[in-house]
Amino acid sequence: MENIISIFVKSIFIDNMVFAFFLGMCSYLAVSKTVKTATGLGIAIIFVLGITVPVNYLINKYLLVEGALTWLSPSFIDVDLSFLSFIMFIAVIASMVQLVEMIVEKFAPTLYNNLGIFLPLIAVNCAILGGSLFMVNNEFQTVGQATTFGLGSGVGWFLAIIGIAAIREKIKYSNVPAPLRGLGITFIITGLMGMAFMCFMGIKL
Amino acid sequence: MKEKESLFSPRNLKSLTGPLSAGNPVIVLVLGICPTLAVTSQMKPAIVMALSVMAVLSIGNVIISLLRNTIPPRIRIIVQLTVVAALVILVDQVLKAYVFEVSQKLSVFVGLIITNCIIMGRLEAFAMANKPWASFLDGIGNSLGFGFILIILSFFRELLGAGTVYGYPVFEKIGLYSTGYVDNGLMSKAPMALILVGILIWIHRSFNKDLIESK
Repeated sequence: MENIISIFVKSIFIDNMVFAFFLGMCSYLAVSKTVKTATGLGIAIIFVLGITVPVNYLINKYLLVEGALTWLSPSFIDVDLSFLSFIMFIAVIASMVQLVEMIVEKFAPTLYNNLGIFLPLIAVNCAILGGSLFMVNNEFQTVGQATTFGLGSGVGWFLAIIGIAAIREKIKYSNVPAPLRGLGITFIITGLMGMAFMCFMGIKL
Repeated sequence: MKEKESLFSPRNLKSLTGPLSAGNPVIVLVLGICPTLAVTSQMKPAIVMALSVMAVLSIGNVIISLLRNTIPPRIRIIVQLTVVAALVILVDQVLKAYVFEVSQKLSVFVGLIITNCIIMGRLEAFAMANKPWASFLDGIGNSLGFGFILIILSFFRELLGAGTVYGYPVFEKIGLYSTGYVDNGLMSKAPMALILVGILIWIHRSFNKDLIESK
């Protein structure tokens, strides 16, 4: 249990997707103009990461790593399919996003209308694929840990996009040098936020 | 489109040189930011990354352009992702075989070429509507624009952060350390990459006034 909590806190603050690994920057920059749309995208990301990371964890553990296929027949002990991981992960992500979209449309039409165009876009968001690839690197022991990591990374991304959206709404009223307006100042603010998040780095969990 | 175009017609040349400045994928169109920031703390991984993206983008563009009339529009994203993922697996295997250390340093970012928005963006916006040769040039041009930014960023980050250029200790050779100079460790950390891109955009836009955003 303690382990789960430390993975959760670590993936939100210390290994924050945006500030520590720059993942999902494209949509982070494009969709952070207002807090409302940023919230929608953030929730969708938590949702999709929370589903795809455990699914990819199971696929990796029972199909791809060396010796994973022994549950089929003991003679597969030497089979190593890990070179297929990229294509498997992206296929899972693309189909999961499609599935999540259909389920949300059927059972939660209001949420579907709020998320709208963001759901299909998530398939090509690098934070999602990055989540699965870091999950492989971290070598988690159980599905629970992998799910926690997925949800935690999603929450971290959510916090980052809400923060930058709130700042961008306010900065519209300030006098930014013309060539820096819009994109440039957003990069610099993200850098400053990243420095603030660097204080979490010393925490040992 | 009936008449035959020469290989380096003005239109084709434009798709090759445009992305270098006015249509730069990184600082104007804001695509492919993740690798730009993540792999630029040293020059060597940055150059390897630029070359990998060039291989994937130019070949992927040609393949998608050849297939463009047969792909059903509803499932085109999945088809594009599959083509790109297959190419990235090839690149990953080649990197692991020939430059293993750099491939370890790039870690997950080789796999993340799949979701690099430059690639998806060019496949969707250009290769789906153009002929193979034009798509090939477009792929080369865009990856040059991408690589150009990567090299500028990694040059400054490596020089100021570690005092070296492509692994060669410049500051040590000219004796800067004996005068009391200390490397700025923050340069190789994440936040400075963002701030440097911000400054790059600032400089670029003060020369290209039409790119300045309205309030």
